[in-house]
Amino acid sequence: MGQPGSAYSLEKPEQKLETHTMSVLVDNEPGVLARVIGLFSGRGYNIESLTVSETEHEAHLSRITIVTTGTPMVIEQIKHQLDRLVPVHSVTDLTVCGETIERELALVKVAGVGEKRVEALRLAEAFRANAIDASLEHFVFEITGRQSKIEQFVALMQPLGLVEVCRTGVAAIGRGPERM
Amino acid sequence: MSANENGSVTMTGAQIVLQALADQGVEHIFGYPGGAVLPIYDELFQQERIKHILVRHEQGAVHAAEGYARSTGKVGVVLVTSGPGATNAVTGLTDALMDSIPVVCITGQVPTHLIGNDAFQECDTVGITRPCTKHNYLVKDVNQLAKVLHEAFYVARSGRPGPVVVDIPKDIQFMSGTYKGVSNSQHKSYVPPREGDQAAIDAAVEAMAKAKRPIFYTGGGVINAGPAASKSLRELVHMTGYPITSTLMGLGSYPASDKQWLGMLGMHGTFEANNAMHDCDVMICIGARFDDRITGRLDAFSPGSTKIHVDVDPSSINKNVHVDIPIVGDCAYVIDQMIAAWKARNPSIDKEAHARWWDQIETWRKRKCLHYRNKSDVIMPQYAVERLFALTRGKDTYITTEVGQHQMWAAQYFHFDEPNRWMTSGGLGTMGYGIPAAVGVQMAHPDSLVIDIAGEASVLMTMQEISTAVQYDLPVKIFILNNEYMGMVRQWQELLHGGRYSHSYSEALPDFVKLAEAYHAVGIRAEKPAELDDAIREMIETPKPVIFDCVVDKTANCFPMIPSGEAHNNMLMGDDLTDEDIENAISEEGKVMV
Ligand SMILES: Cc1ncc(C[n+]2csc(CCOP(=O)(O)OP(=O)(O)O)c2C)c(N)n1
Ligand SMILES: [Mg+2]
Repeated sequence: MGQPGSAYSLEKPEQKLETHTMSVLVDNEPGVLARVIGLFSGRGYNIESLTVSETEHEAHLSRITIVTTGTPMVIEQIKHQLDRLVPVHSVTDLTVCGETIERELALVKVAGVGEKRVEALRLAEAFRANAIDASLEHFVFEITGRQSKIEQFVALMQPLGLVEVCRTGVAAIGRGPERM
Repeated sequence: MSANENGSVTMTGAQIVLQALADQGVEHIFGYPGGAVLPIYDELFQQERIKHILVRHEQGAVHAAEGYARSTGKVGVVLVTSGPGATNAVTGLTDALMDSIPVVCITGQVPTHLIGNDAFQECDTVGITRPCTKHNYLVKDVNQLAKVLHEAFYVARSGRPGPVVVDIPKDIQFMSGTYKGVSNSQHKSYVPPREGDQAAIDAAVEAMAKAKRPIFYTGGGVINAGPAASKSLRELVHMTGYPITSTLMGLGSYPASDKQWLGMLGMHGTFEANNAMHDCDVMICIGARFDDRITGRLDAFSPGSTKIHVDVDPSSINKNVHVDIPIVGDCAYVIDQMIAAWKARNPSIDKEAHARWWDQIETWRKRKCLHYRNKSDVIMPQYAVERLFALTRGKDTYITTEVGQHQMWAAQYFHFDEPNRWMTSGGLGTMGYGIPAAVGVQMAHPDSLVIDIAGEASVLMTMQEISTAVQYDLPVKIFILNNEYMGMVRQWQELLHGGRYSHSYSEALPDFVKLAEAYHAVGIRAEKPAELDDAIREMIETPKPVIFDCVVDKTANCFPMIPSGEAHNNMLMGDDLTDEDIENAISEEGKVMV
């Protein structure tokens, strides 16, 4: 009796963490986002990114896209726990549902003059980012793409005078003609 | 009230509430008035269809509704005011959520134009109750009120049941709007499953048929699925001849008097049930959720068994324990599907292996894990429950409990042959549940014998509900196993904290007999084993609420016990413990748990 390391509520055996993107179709009613976020904080799940907007005005449906990480067991829990919420119509785990397209938009403000300014503009072109605001001392770039592309762009801007970044979070949809 | 041309009826919000309750078949509601629900109370006053039971604290209202719901299978209904009325209800709502009890709780709210202004008795009720309800609503349009109320009942009772809050601002209660009756149309997003997937059921039955050391592990889900599910469970278990155990919440769905019954499992479960769970090769879990009080140490939980799990809530499956054959569905349907599949298959089961399995179980049973050393000069708490059980046999009895050692002794020594007879706070472990729950049960079953098996510390949390019982002539019996300690806390301090009994002694206890009298109830005390039977008989015969002060051994512990952080086959037994065993019972890691 009393072997060390025996406690069941201590750390579970290490399982690999996975990142999944879930698409959640909900009634666009007051409090629905609070329910989803409350579920994540209350049960200790991670939110890496969350986007939400009404997507079907007639039916008052919103689509929430959540990027989350967890062990496979936790990911399964998240899906079922979301599905259990009364205003949730469907939960699709896009990461396991075949091919999906994920995009995020970022606004990136960079300030600087001379050499660095030229370099920032050159890189922006290479990344197909648009300058949507500019003065002699700064640019605001608009860039769309996968999260990794945005991360990379932001990292490159860092030494060139990065001031601040605003990101929308991921929007995702399945490839092909079918609905999610 | 007036009828429009199109047949729909116009009435005030408060009238809509009463009409919706009536249309939902509600006969009793438990509540407490206040400023924000006065229009509804005014309507209550002017009608006779719905009987309102005035509790003494809103927590009591919810527990009473839970007791009512659990003992009848109906939805329990609560009506409380805004602010403190709503916050007082939170413990009850959380209790109902954890134990999957269908409750609809209507809360008053400040008028819509004041919401968010820190108005008098305002609180963010939907915000506060969001994590402790299955769902909740704030109604801001009187024309939506009827629909929301009907939906609240649907959500509360469907799938895995639970509590639902409907928050109604006072101006909405006064406003006129259209009443719509109960609709039969399917809910647009919440449609819980019923039948289980046939392929999964076939796979389950195949595993069951091949099993050499099978066991049924059932829970409160079977009771929630209605009496028919309990009946089907009995058929399935008899048909297979396999042993069965159940969680605290599932007691009564299978008769405790049957020879296939192994008793409750888990932390204070029987030696035979826990060992059989540990050694089984096929586990058939129906309507239970692998709670940590059940599994003990997870990595040593029933290693090597094939696990079948039937649950109406997919989020319960694979939450704590990986299962091999998940079946999402309502037990009431799935058990019948299993019976049909078993019959169709007519399997040739391994009788020899099963005989060996039962032999093994017999040797565990012979260990007589519930044996305790009785005493002649002081009442042992186990003995008190045994006598209570013996003297109420053949009577139409319902038991509620508080939380602590007495609760576990009640589960171990009071035996249930029928579902819906046992009301206890399992998931949340709420001290103070028992008295109000008994009030709710007695309201639903006025002629039955309703007993709260209680602890002296717990009852003081909701003692005021005795006043409710007296007001409504509800002859509930509060049977207190008075050990002058928060016994369960004392037991853990003995096992975990070197016997340093920090604040677990109930000093300055009231005289419970006089307390009963102060409430105009009846007080009875028993102090010696010799007087116990007569005193219990007197309690049963008394047609009024009774507080029974059963003075028991102060330091008895509740065994068997799986210490925290241990496996099922590593139980502490009551009769052969040395001081050293107690000292070493719980590992350092176990001590961080509860
Ligand atoms: C509301 C609440 N507070 C605290 C606890 C922790 N707790 C669990 S059992 C217990 C002691 C109960 O004492 P008593 O009612 O006398 O029962 P006994 O264990 O002595 O039978 C306590 C304090 C709880 N379960 N509920
Ligand atoms: Mg006590």
